[in-house]
Amino acid sequence: MDEIFRGMTFGSIYSLLAVGLVLTYKTSGIFNLAYGAQAFVSAAVYYEMRKVHELPIPVAFTIAVLIAAPLLGLLLDRLLFRHLRSAPAVARLVTTLGLLVAIPEITKLFFAVNTSYQPPGVVPDGSSAYNPFGNVFLNRDDIATIVITIAVVLAIMAMFRYSPLGLRMRAVVESNRMTELAGVDADRVSTIAAVMSSMLAGLAGVLISPVLPQLNDLYYRNLVVAAIAAAVFAGLSSIPLAFIGGLLLGILSQVLATLLPDGSVFKASLGPSLPFVALFVVLIVMNARGGTREVADPLAGVDPPPPPLVSVERTDSLTWATRSFGVIFVLGLCYWLLFHADEQIWFPPAQEAAIYAVIFLSITVITGMGGLISLSQATFAGIGALATAQLATDAGLGVLFAAVVGAAIAAAVGALLAVPALRLAGIFLSLATLAFGLFFDSVMVKYTWVSGGDGIQPHATPRPTIGPIDFANEKAFLLLCIVILALVGTAVIFIRSGTTGRYLDAIRGSQTAASSIGISSARSRVVVFALSAGIAGLGGGLFAMYQERANFVGNFKVELGLVWVVVVVTLGARTVEGAIQAAIGFVFFQRFALRVWIPWAVNHAQPWVDVKPITGGVATVLFGLGALTYARHPEGILEFNKRKSLAAIQRRIDRRKQSPPDEGAVVVGEVGA
Amino acid sequence: MSLLQADGVTKKFSGITALDAVSLDVDDGEIVGLIGPNGAGKTTFFNCLLGMLKPDSGSVTFDGVDLARVPTHRRARLGIGRTFQRIELFTGMSPREHFLVADRAHTRRGSLLFDIFGFGRPHADEQARAAAVLDILGLTPVADRQVESLSLGIGRLVEVGRALMTNPRLLLLDEPSSGLDRKETEALAMTLREVQRQSGTAILLVEHDVDFVRSLVTRAFVLDFGTLIASGRTDDVFADAAVRKAYLGDIV
Repeated sequence: MDEIFRGMTFGSIYSLLAVGLVLTYKTSGIFNLAYGAQAFVSAAVYYEMRKVHELPIPVAFTIAVLIAAPLLGLLLDRLLFRHLRSAPAVARLVTTLGLLVAIPEITKLFFAVNTSYQPPGVVPDGSSAYNPFGNVFLNRDDIATIVITIAVVLAIMAMFRYSPLGLRMRAVVESNRMTELAGVDADRVSTIAAVMSSMLAGLAGVLISPVLPQLNDLYYRNLVVAAIAAAVFAGLSSIPLAFIGGLLLGILSQVLATLLPDGSVFKASLGPSLPFVALFVVLIVMNARGGTREVADPLAGVDPPPPPLVSVERTDSLTWATRSFGVIFVLGLCYWLLFHADEQIWFPPAQEAAIYAVIFLSITVITGMGGLISLSQATFAGIGALATAQLATDAGLGVLFAAVVGAAIAAAVGALLAVPALRLAGIFLSLATLAFGLFFDSVMVKYTWVSGGDGIQPHATPRPTIGPIDFANEKAFLLLCIVILALVGTAVIFIRSGTTGRYLDAIRGSQTAASSIGISSARSRVVVFALSAGIAGLGGGLFAMYQERANFVGNFKVELGLVWVVVVVTLGARTVEGAIQAAIGFVFFQRFALRVWIPWAVNHAQPWVDVKPITGGVATVLFGLGALTYARHPEGILEFNKRKSLAAIQRRIDRRKQSPPDEGAVVVGEVGA
Repeated sequence: MSLLQADGVTKKFSGITALDAVSLDVDDGEIVGLIGPNGAGKTTFFNCLLGMLKPDSGSVTFDGVDLARVPTHRRARLGIGRTFQRIELFTGMSPREHFLVADRAHTRRGSLLFDIFGFGRPHADEQARAAAVLDILGLTPVADRQVESLSLGIGRLVEVGRALMTNPRLLLLDEPSSGLDRKETEALAMTLREVQRQSGTAILLVEHDVDFVRSLVTRAFVLDFGTLIASGRTDDVFADAAVRKAYLGDIV
């Protein structure tokens, strides 16, 4: 009995969040991964008002839930969601990913949340307990949470069923565009829904905070993972089912926690892993029951297909010119780097960039070629790093060989993950990979056979040697990284133009037609997952060599992987040079632009403010915000600029054809092919 | 023994019987028509043949192999090609690329390892085969345009070509003439006869354009509301009173 009531507290929060998720998804087609971050914002505001400014409860509650949360919802809707509604599914996912990454970091810039212990609740003396029947103990916070949740969910259900606004919302759910044809302002309806769901997030965030030991965005992220499981349980469409799913999940976790024997491994890992396991299981089960179809707009076919790559469209001579320019530029850069650059300053970032480029190529493979968004690429890289470290140090294999084996292990894990997720489409697949990554982070990495330790203490990794060449020498290691990058990049280009790449293109074009000529999309998907995981694993192994230790927590947590996906997709996931430039940008932006260049420029421009080197979350915020451009340039910034410069060059050529040719004019194309 | 043999195929959609014990056979190298008014269950029957739907009862054998447990893509490898009523093309690819990828899928040459070392690009013999089919279908002038920019009629030809590239022993055509004008339909009929003469592929044709069917097929099966109401030589079938009633209503 006691467990059931206690489970209802958490269950209520899951329910509120799940209902909010379903509400946004139904009215705008956007699955808001940043939903937990929104809850976190309100919780932080409430904490600040109560603990720091010591305002009375009603005032603080009004500010946090009735003012801050709706404002945030309105802001997000006006600036982003509104423009995303007709954007491709990938754009919607990447944008909310960007928010997931950026919002907590922005919040932390304003509130000292990491020192905020014992957040207060919404009722006075929240922790005083009651004992209504038998051995059931409930405190006032729990009761408030449960009562408020039930009231709010009932109100929302009533609104959907009986009010004119509810009717319009249900129409928008059926087809955004058709509803507009019928004279309803779908944008306005979606805005209201966004504001409402933002308030729900704020309410949930404030209600749950007294139960949490500390205000920390990670708790909120885990809460929202459980809420996502409940939302998927409801097929992303039924509000009552989302409510029930959330409650069930909360109760289930409490009951399991009491039933399992104390001290068992299962129990130790249950608490942190349950949301992720639940999400994964619910995704697979719901899919088998056919409940995971994405909202399909009957008029969605109006969207034009993605344009072909610029390199396909331009003329042979222009392609030749840009390619030779690119080759000369890259060779020149390598020459300068290896023989003229200052080792201390340039070698570490160059090595890092080359290694990140290898890892990012795994995103090129799975997202650019396969059309799938995997959110566990960091986990695959981490598996490669951990395997390399253990095989090289404990099993005594050669380090390079160990990295290859590590890549193979990562590939095998990727293939294994792909098998249950075979039939998952779009957002559901991304959620499954997210669940897997979070599960690995919070549970698997603690096993000694996985991490070679406790998962926190990094495992030492030696640098490789080949014959007389010792790669402990930084220049030799840089060269090694560049060579491996070149090999992997070439392989990716070959794969794209070979059987695998064309099968994947065909499947993206029409899965039905692909199967009608004998292409197995299941097999192709397993292959692309394994390949991508393998490349990420190889990059992870290299990273361990670079740092001379496999630092999983520092480098391969899921959150970091989200940033990678965001950066690569923002710059261009379809081309190899997109991945390479994303890596260069990723490394140099953090190492130089924020730490040195920007402070230097600002400090030289004016004498009043002294800008310190910028570190930490700011870079993440900027990368996250960068993803927001994706809604406007779904092919990536690089392709967008290429198309622009191609058009400019074409215009110039056309003009020259009309007028007599002027000697010596040089056409400079952009780098790469 | 026939190439394709369907026995008592029944399919129900939540109470509605879409197909009621439909039996049909196609011999090697023969063109057979499956006709019937809209909603008769023709496309459902096709999907049952291809494994995109699972029949509730009845069996389908192809070349002596029971297809019950064979997934769709393996049926294609056994030698059943098909086109779609609502055309399903690979967006972003040109007709030539369609044919090349279909050829690869048929020969099953190449693998990931093959690709990694750069041996995955189209070979000369594959290019030649694709060029030959482009030529037969008269698609050479548009071979390298993206399919989205091509007309519906050309799109249907691309589908036929893509199916032919897998060298099928049986080609299932799902209303190839719908959306085409008279001239295009006639050209398509001619092309199909030519293809059939050259490759000896058996064709099962789902249509409701009577003239088009009569000009091509030797035997016909007629479906109405999920039941087979007539079968036999084309002329006999079209002379059948029940068929005329189902098809032409009370006009005759």
